[in-house]
Amino acid sequence: MTSPKKTKTIKTIKIDIDKCNGCRACEVICSSFHAMPKYSSNNPARSRIRVTREPIRDVYVPVYAGEYAAAECAGRDKYTIDGKEYDECVFCRAACPSRDEFKEPDSGLPLKCDMCEGEDEPLCVKWCMVDALTYEEREVEIDEEEPNPEEIETGLQSLVDKHGLDKVADMVAQLAKEKK
Amino acid sequence: MRYAETGFNLEIDLTRGNIEKVATDPKDTELYLGGLGTNTKLIWDRVAPEVEAFSPDNLLIFGTGLLCGTPATGCNRTIVSTISPQTKLMAFSMMGGFWAPELKYAGYDKVVLRGKSPDLVYLWIKDDKVEIRDASHLRGKGAVETAELIKAELKEPKAQVAAIGMAGENRVFYASIEQGRSSASRGGIGAVMGDKGVKAIVVRGTKDLNIAEPAKYMELCHEVLAYIKHREGNPIPGVMPILAGLGSPQEMKVHDEKWHTENFMWGNSRTRRKDFWNEEIEKEWTETLDKARTRLVSCFNCPMECGATISMPGLPTYMMKCFTKLTYTMGAFSDLDFGLRIAQKATEYGVDGFSTPQVMAFALELLENDILPASDFPDMPEDTEGRFYYLLDKIVRREGIGDILANGTYWAAKEIGNGAEAYAHNNIKKTEQLPLKLSMLNPVYFLMYATGEKMNITQIEGQFPQAPFATMEEREAFVSDWVQVPDEKFKQYLLDWEFRGENSNPYYPTIEMSCNIVDWQETMHYIDDALGQCAGLSSFPLKPPYHIHNYPQFISAGAGIEMNEEQLKKAAKRYRTLVRAVNTNRGMRRKDEKPPENHWKKRFPELEEQLLDGYYKFKGWNADGIPTKESLHDLGLDYVCADFIARGILTEGDDLPAEDVSSNETLVEG
Ligand code: SF4
Ligand code: SF4
Ligand code: SF4
Repeated sequence: MTSPKKTKTIKTIKIDIDKCNGCRACEVICSSFHAMPKYSSNNPARSRIRVTREPIRDVYVPVYAGEYAAAECAGRDKYTIDGKEYDECVFCRAACPSRDEFKEPDSGLPLKCDMCEGEDEPLCVKWCMVDALTYEEREVEIDEEEPNPEEIETGLQSLVDKHGLDKVADMVAQLAKEKK
Repeated sequence: MRYAETGFNLEIDLTRGNIEKVATDPKDTELYLGGLGTNTKLIWDRVAPEVEAFSPDNLLIFGTGLLCGTPATGCNRTIVSTISPQTKLMAFSMMGGFWAPELKYAGYDKVVLRGKSPDLVYLWIKDDKVEIRDASHLRGKGAVETAELIKAELKEPKAQVAAIGMAGENRVFYASIEQGRSSASRGGIGAVMGDKGVKAIVVRGTKDLNIAEPAKYMELCHEVLAYIKHREGNPIPGVMPILAGLGSPQEMKVHDEKWHTENFMWGNSRTRRKDFWNEEIEKEWTETLDKARTRLVSCFNCPMECGATISMPGLPTYMMKCFTKLTYTMGAFSDLDFGLRIAQKATEYGVDGFSTPQVMAFALELLENDILPASDFPDMPEDTEGRFYYLLDKIVRREGIGDILANGTYWAAKEIGNGAEAYAHNNIKKTEQLPLKLSMLNPVYFLMYATGEKMNITQIEGQFPQAPFATMEEREAFVSDWVQVPDEKFKQYLLDWEFRGENSNPYYPTIEMSCNIVDWQETMHYIDDALGQCAGLSSFPLKPPYHIHNYPQFISAGAGIEMNEEQLKKAAKRYRTLVRAVNTNRGMRRKDEKPPENHWKKRFPELEEQLLDGYYKFKGWNADGIPTKESLHDLGLDYVCADFIARGILTEGDDLPAEDVSSNETLVEG
């Protein structure tokens, strides 16, 4: 049996770290666009893209903000690319407790890239005149998501093993109430 | 609410260790714009003419340009102003990079330093938290090294660090302030920072900077970006490659160095090597640069990539900018490999790339000509390159002969005597100038060299082509889209300009035209220095994206200050005149305003006097180069006039100087 197909537009910003010159124009325009009212102020610390820039080590990595992560990861990988060592955090798109990236500097609330909603092209891409950032849109076919009861059961069972049935049941009840 | 600027300065008294956040008067911004303009006002108000460079009463001001930190492309300059130990006049050196925008985001427009710290310290500015911290562990460390150590120590990888090296600590008169991919080099401001006991100023900011009319401002920014793209795709035909585009691509992008190596002077600014550039050298230099250059890098919010990260085998990585690529090479008659290697050391030591190689070449010439004895150079290597390294070390440590050479060729020659002064032959106002020797006097350049107060010709020239175009067709093509001209008459100047005959140098451009051209060029540079705009996208190249017709709109929409072209020109004239007034009070007079004697082979003394007369008049200065009562009044600078009268520089009744009160010592040496 084949599941029904649906198409979805995936928006990506392709990052070429070899082309980045560290100018931070992308940070400037992103923060400016998201100011209220639009463009009324400018503050790269509020930007949804940030450039890790360590010139002496020749590290230039622009990354745009993804999901909020409530917890930082317990262990982090180190990558060696072209002889340069990078901490996993350099590539990570999460606003997580261990760093100030992708958080409003005053409130600490997480920031997330919205692909510059309302604009035909992400502004960071437009302002990156050396093409370190390029915008790509592709249509992908996705499977209609159907709940898989088996998967849910396995997941719940592991939580029950860890915390006991009562606690898990309480938590589910509470979540159900909050969502309503 | 203040727009584009924060409205606050940080005032730090290093003697007492006192830190204050001071609100500034928006009226001053209207009158003097910001950056250089308001820096100059502070110096006028608070540094008396008697105050010497190394006095606790001298101020060292790190000013951001009015539009720094806004989305305006390339607007990122820090303007450092103080009294120069070398010229004893006001110094104002600019640096690009990232420091000024960061300071704005921390909530300040300027850092004003006064007093002297008893111990070596660094300043740590993070938004509202400002600390003076011990830097004794950083003594003797390189400028780049210092920046890396401080960022690690504070765990602040995003902080921006302006630091001095050993040269600044030891008060070398041409010590620079280094900031990542940029430096503020002219006038010995690094020496003043060292004298104040400040190793570095470290900044991190996370606050908002407001724009008065957001939609309008963004429209202007987009126009500039579109124009940059257009210019990149359409280089100007018929001019040398470095003038064809924007920014300063010659520094690190372009391999063709025929023009610089064959037109600039080698050694102690004496030898021109007309046939230097050949295929073999081009190949060798291209390989050297390609191997050394890891990446082209830009300043804050600019795509132009005028600098580069350089990693020479066996040496720590550093960033190169500006003409340093060739200065050491040409000073030592060496090759690019040597130039890039010694520049690594020089950057860490924090010295000016223009002056330093010339001082070293000067010292070697004195040795060759028995003006300095060999005993002054104990254990010096035999080869020129080795000697350059040796001298660099001696100078930044002020050891032996290095202690004298550390004061620059002008003061060193005076101290050495024995005919040494003839060898310090390319100074202007006591500072080493660009090592150029040309044949026929050029009236426009004569005026810029003579009257410029920035001590660097590249910070004065620009806008108008350096030479005529050969054919009328080329001229017409050039003027056809020349929107930057402040007035149509400039187009005609260019159309009529010939290589030979009546309409050629030195009598063409005429005195009147020359005054107009120089004034236009200078005005644009002064506007940039107040707004914090890089000259590479404005006053320096031909046909830049920023010009007199869009700047007023940028200021209105960005800073919320009502501005039109006339008001902007007047504001620029106001603080340009104030710079002159500061220097007038310090003794600068007409006799000091001459290019080096041997800059041009063919000189025209009578014409030169007429040019100077004409330009002074045009600028509203009297025959001695002092701003007149009338022009000061026009600019709202009556307080300057009152001071001049009180000091006997101007008399009550007329515009003539009461008497020649200038120091006996002339500021210029041939
Ligand atoms: S605008 Fe482009 S080149 Fe500049 S920092 Fe961002 S990604 Fe890098
Ligand atoms: S796409 Fe838009 S929101 Fe996302 S990082 Fe780029 S400028 Fe910011
Ligand atoms: S044009 Fe060059 S020097 Fe000027 S701001 Fe841009 S990168 Fe920096």
